[in-house]
Amino acid sequence: MGRRKTRRNSIGRGLIGGAAVILALGAGAVAWAWESAIPPQPRPAAESFPAELVAEGARLAAVGNCIACHTVPGGRSFAGGLALPTPFGTIHSTNITPDEDTGIGRWSEAAFTRAMRRGVDRDGRHLYPAFPYDHYTRVSDADNRALYAYLMTRTPVRAEAPANHLPFPLNIRMAVAGWKLLYFREGAFTPDPAKPEVWNRGAYLAEGLGHCGACHSPRNALGAVDKDRAWAGGEAEGWTAYPIDQDSPAPVPWTADSLTFYLRHGWHPAHGVSRGPMAEVTGNLVGLPDADVAAIGAYVADRMGPPSAERLRRGEDLRALVSRRTADAGAPPGAGPTAADSQARPPAADSGRTGGDERGEAIYRTACATCHESGRPLPFGGLPFALSTAVNAANPQNIVNVTLFGLPPGDGTVSAVMPAFGGALTDADMVALLRYLRGRFSDQPPWDGLERLVADTRSGAHHVAVRPADGIERAPQNVGAAD
Amino acid sequence: MAIDLTVNGTPQRVEADPDTPLLYVLRDDLGLNGAKFGCGLGQCGACTVMVDGRAVLSCVTPVLLMQGRAVTTVEGLGTAEAPGPMQRAFIEEQAAQCGYCIPGMMMRAQALLQERPDADDAAIRRALEFNLCRCGTHMRILRAIRRAADTMRHAETAAPNGRAG
Ligand code: FES
Ligand code: FES
Repeated sequence: MGRRKTRRNSIGRGLIGGAAVILALGAGAVAWAWESAIPPQPRPAAESFPAELVAEGARLAAVGNCIACHTVPGGRSFAGGLALPTPFGTIHSTNITPDEDTGIGRWSEAAFTRAMRRGVDRDGRHLYPAFPYDHYTRVSDADNRALYAYLMTRTPVRAEAPANHLPFPLNIRMAVAGWKLLYFREGAFTPDPAKPEVWNRGAYLAEGLGHCGACHSPRNALGAVDKDRAWAGGEAEGWTAYPIDQDSPAPVPWTADSLTFYLRHGWHPAHGVSRGPMAEVTGNLVGLPDADVAAIGAYVADRMGPPSAERLRRGEDLRALVSRRTADAGAPPGAGPTAADSQARPPAADSGRTGGDERGEAIYRTACATCHESGRPLPFGGLPFALSTAVNAANPQNIVNVTLFGLPPGDGTVSAVMPAFGGALTDADMVALLRYLRGRFSDQPPWDGLERLVADTRSGAHHVAVRPADGIERAPQNVGAAD
Repeated sequence: MAIDLTVNGTPQRVEADPDTPLLYVLRDDLGLNGAKFGCGLGQCGACTVMVDGRAVLSCVTPVLLMQGRAVTTVEGLGTAEAPGPMQRAFIEEQAAQCGYCIPGMMMRAQALLQERPDADDAAIRRALEFNLCRCGTHMRILRAIRRAADTMRHAETAAPNGRAG
């Protein structure tokens, strides 16, 4: 049962890099890396922060998804202590409530801004890059002021983060300076005057606080984002973060409008439901003004670029096919699979391709089609797989995760839900089903290594953080619920 | 098609269309009415049974998948005369109101405790999250499961009737 644990695997690789570099550069680097402590100050009174500033900070903190790492689910908001397992050891997130002894209560705004801008804590210690200051460095002083106001007005929680478990020399904070020297460039966001304002706003949010690239980019051997391939797809907490550049595997190409809808609502009729760590992102964006969500949508769409005429046509065909099926599905039942479902409807006719897997086809028709071809609209009906990015992606991890673990229901709210099929499907049946889905619902080459992937995901050797479909457990509306 | 499976320790052969839900086979063909039809959509947990020790929603599980598998229903956890630890705990805590959700609750809890006898409260709540109770007797259900966990940890017969699902 690992659903509350998280893994930000690739980020941890940076630690090794930092260590290697510091050893190579020696004393000179130590001198360069020296950061002074910023003197502690008494905690400013909550009343000293204007309410509008705090409210703005709340919206910004939601964009930054701060709460996801800085809260143990079910625990006190922002009190830190969440274990982030890395290949090199475990790092724990810090307490960012204004507790004076264990949180950031004695931090001045300057100390807070320095942490965001340069990844250095109040004492002058370099922070591990699991804290994405390589993105947060772009945040403006004004926004850091709002974030500071928001955090300093939270309920202080006395909570010491457990000690990190990192081997020497990774446990030496100075080692991180070497990593920074190689991979970190400090600098606030500079707008591109040639682009419209909405684009610049979207870029600022997505590249800065939003830190989309932290998950959606490949990382090099030293755990740093591969800048030349930013947004070319990455990994997060056991899930694939799809490419969100021109190589987006979405069968129906994304548009600014569809991205905005998806980010706003956590699902889209042509793309499905956000899940895994992305569910936290969309869950958190709930409090963001429409204009900001639209700006992010516009910027991401621009980064993806216009789809080729062929992709566009294929997308149109798929949408037409699916809406035809949806209409058909309302027709009187014919011969088709039934589940113990009073609302069951027959599946639409086959496309003819079967992926060459009869067992997989039989499983699909008896276990999946009743929901995924039911015509019941999203987010409560199943996404027709022809529209599924998971089935069309190069890496099958996400469809494996969802099939095995399902989408757990949101806590105390209406949410999309999918039953877990891990108990019903043997590994062999999983593989047969995946082969069939890939063959029938995508034009991509078959996946390799499914047996291993399924077995490792089931056993937990490949750890997956399973979250409710809307990720609300750590989203703002739930903040403080356990306080 | 003919499917061979084991139900509560007894080998069974059933004749059914491959898309027949396991729930129908259990109730209609095998006369085991413990598992309940709640939603039929995989959304309430009333139909939960164990398959090879894991909790499964029998309403969305086609019998096609059950060839060679071992199914345990609430009837397999004990009898009215000799209730197993999970059933006893539910009786002692009087956890049932209308009782409709209870077999599913018991099976979900049984699967959890067989896999993790030391499951703590958070783990129990998380596991049971999927199972709905329209009567709202959740607190007593949780108490019953804690009690069952306790009994199972301290009794020699952790598995129901010596069968481990
Ligand atoms: S009846 Fe199976 S989940 Fe509701
Ligand atoms: S006791 Fe009635 S539904 Fe749970």
